[in-house]
Amino acid sequence: MEITVRDAVTMLHGMGFGALLLLAFSGAVAGLYSTSIAGHPWTDRERRLACAYLVAMAALAWITVLAGAYLVYPWYRAVAPPGTTDLSGYPQRLLMSNTSTSGWHDIGMEWKEHIAWFAPITLTAVAYIFIRYGAHLSQFRGVRNAVLALAVTAFVATAVAGAFGAMLNKFAPVRGGSTITIMKGEAHD
Amino acid sequence: MTDANQTPITNGPGAAAILAASAGCFALGVLALAGDASPPIAAMLKVWKPTGPLSGVTDVAILLWLVIWFALNRLWKQRTVNMATINLASVALFVVGILLTFPPFMDLLQGK
Repeated sequence: MEITVRDAVTMLHGMGFGALLLLAFSGAVAGLYSTSIAGHPWTDRERRLACAYLVAMAALAWITVLAGAYLVYPWYRAVAPPGTTDLSGYPQRLLMSNTSTSGWHDIGMEWKEHIAWFAPITLTAVAYIFIRYGAHLSQFRGVRNAVLALAVTAFVATAVAGAFGAMLNKFAPVRGGSTITIMKGEAHD
Repeated sequence: MTDANQTPITNGPGAAAILAASAGCFALGVLALAGDASPPIAAMLKVWKPTGPLSGVTDVAILLWLVIWFALNRLWKQRTVNMATINLASVALFVVGILLTFPPFMDLLQGK
């Protein structure tokens, strides 16, 4: 069972950071609704935990986009030397070489690479406002509604980026670099 | 409304964070379109060659977001602002920002 370094980094970016971020949204929306709209009484400890949760989500969003843009994307957009016929090491070129797959780059990657950045920006604002206002947030109706809208915007941006990322990696996986052997497999007849 | 130190709490800092986030996303959309439409601008946005123009698009957008946030926060720190107007402006900036990052809309604007 082997994996290349590029496979591993891409998987960490998408399945690790990105998927974990997507999972975290349900907790964030439930928490924001509970404390700022439903008005459930929270203890100081619960509020501190919620602050840490939102800060962790913002940090996760930044790590995801930075890893995507500065580690995975350069491998994705690598230019194939002239005359290259095997484009498997050049995912962008591989997708663009066929009209049945070029849309995954032209729409999928082109949208994903930009909209993904909406998530860390909006989640940073969400975390800041939650910490800044604390228990008073429920008393500022306009701010609390906007905070929920920001969280939903971040979720949509993450979902778009994640869905296209999964499909892009299905049609043109980012592969290469050193091989990591996870375990030795058994020989089958 | 006051906090533990008896400092009045206003909606200003929240409004600043909300409007700045939407302005940052709008700036990202405008820069993405500019880079896509103009090769000279795309070349200027290549802050880090391996990532190409995306590095400049995101770096400049983040810088603008932080500068706008800092400026608005200073301006509105102690003030109560009209949240309906702020939220409406933010929704508009987010919607346009999302549209400007959507490739078919980018192409439509460029007549492609």
